[in-house]
Amino acid sequence: MSKRNIAILIIAPLGLLLASMFIGRYSLDFFTALQAFGQRFFSIPADIPDTVNSVLFNIRLPRILMAMAVGAALSVSGASFQGMFKNPLVSPDILGVSAAAGFGAALAIVLDGNAALIQFFAFIFGLVGVVLAYLISRVYRTTPALMLVLSGVVVSAFFSALISVIKYIADPFQKLPAITFWLMGSLGDVDGSDLLLALPPIILGAFGLLAVRWRLNVLAMGDEEARSLGIKTELLKGFVILCATIATASAVCVSGIIGWVGLVIPHVGRMLVGPDHKALLPASISIGACYLLVMDNIARTAISAEIPLGILTAVIGAPFFAYLLRRTKGGWQ
Amino acid sequence: MAAISMHNGCFSFGDRTIFDDVNLDILKGEVLCILGANGCGKTTLLRCLNGTLRLKTGAVCLDGTGITEMDIVSIARRVGFVFQEHSAPFPFSVLEVVRMGRAPHLSFFGSPSSKDTEIAEKALDMVGMLGYRNKPYTQISGGERQLVLIARTLAQEPDVILMDEPTSHLDFKNQALILRIVNRLAKTGMGVIMTSHFPDHALLYSDKVALMAEGSFTALGAPDDVITEPNLRRVYGIDVKVLKIEVSDYGRPLKICLPSNI
Repeated sequence: MSKRNIAILIIAPLGLLLASMFIGRYSLDFFTALQAFGQRFFSIPADIPDTVNSVLFNIRLPRILMAMAVGAALSVSGASFQGMFKNPLVSPDILGVSAAAGFGAALAIVLDGNAALIQFFAFIFGLVGVVLAYLISRVYRTTPALMLVLSGVVVSAFFSALISVIKYIADPFQKLPAITFWLMGSLGDVDGSDLLLALPPIILGAFGLLAVRWRLNVLAMGDEEARSLGIKTELLKGFVILCATIATASAVCVSGIIGWVGLVIPHVGRMLVGPDHKALLPASISIGACYLLVMDNIARTAISAEIPLGILTAVIGAPFFAYLLRRTKGGWQ
Repeated sequence: MAAISMHNGCFSFGDRTIFDDVNLDILKGEVLCILGANGCGKTTLLRCLNGTLRLKTGAVCLDGTGITEMDIVSIARRVGFVFQEHSAPFPFSVLEVVRMGRAPHLSFFGSPSSKDTEIAEKALDMVGMLGYRNKPYTQISGGERQLVLIARTLAQEPDVILMDEPTSHLDFKNQALILRIVNRLAKTGMGVIMTSHFPDHALLYSDKVALMAEGSFTALGAPDDVITEPNLRRVYGIDVKVLKIEVSDYGRPLKICLPSNI
């Protein structure tokens, strides 16, 4: 990776983070914000209205950090899965995480659960979904990678059906809109406690993936070849699936279902830094964080109501993916 | 002690026996060429020799240690495998592909250091491909790719290299180039076992030849002793002429094989 690319990939997210602090309904001038930062992080005394503090540190900062963390988690998991399965159409929700987590959230909503219970259910069911997909894939063991993808499809379909059941029986005036809104994905309700809950596992999962990213290169050459080079392929795959699932489930349980990020961002990364996972994974983290932050900024400011984030990422992601397919002619680039 | 050996090796897929009672011993520095008809089990034999497949009975030993007692990391430090042409999904750079050979020497969370990169570059240099280090692996020719895969195996620093038809799909010049490099590697102290479809290659470039037919080695020994008209007829099922020729460049009498007129 060239020095210029490294610099861009580090500076862009930081710059966007800073700029996003000023974007929103409540307008702030640069000087007040600077003073507020000084007071908050360096204990420089200043006379800052409570509203400014609240907008900056209780509303915008957690939401911005969460958007970046979710974008990074989905993208890095997607890049790892695409390399591992040697399949450019794979994304983190392929193993059934999203559908299963969606079912968990819907279930918690009809059970009158509070936000914490919804997240907990989403996370637990997300994990259950992946474990199920893994167990089903072991029924027929000759082509584990393909079987895992297929059983992920099975698990997704199963949990999608269960989601429909819950929607059908849910109270159409209060619960159904809440479920629908959750399934469309949003970061509108994120506060500091969500961040504390979701950020550690996301970071853990992402670091796990980063730690083995060179081995993903070897794995991409095929199982038998990787084994002849001394790679314990089953162990490595299990580790990658575990890390990606922890990161994805933690992201999904806060944000709801946000599609297309994990699928499209790794392709953008490959166009930028090439296929080497040593560069691709950090690049995916950076690009994913920037992308979802920009999308979320649009979601919360473009119109007077909040636009569901999942709709935005799909509306922009799907045509972009079509463009990528045309450009790459269905291959890797 | 033999760098790699097989004693009474027998392998079967289910009820179908692929080979039985195979014995071989390769010292460091020796080149063994295995000849046999299509589908006679040469590739399966190689896959047993690096532990990918498990023998039904018999044993494979590396430096006297049974391969079943070793994990894949220690096997990979001793045995390199050059696969037949394969499809690479990602356009990794040539150097990156060669660096993968360092995998058995790195920890689970490790990645290649500058020293590993040096070893990879040295390996590329040995096969004359250093100039291609930054080219995408998917955009070089088949012969160049074969050389890169050999370089990757060299970066692995094994005692033994197994090569599955290293000259298949290659043009005349590249075949000669690869085989000359194989010979040069053996002189640096590596044992080489390769499969081939060309008796001429075995005559020119190997120290030992094994003929594989009817699920076993029908002959094993020095090329001159093994590659005879009756032996080749038994393996390939056609009449073959083995001719002695004098070529001044080589300084020794050579043999070449020709299929008889059918």
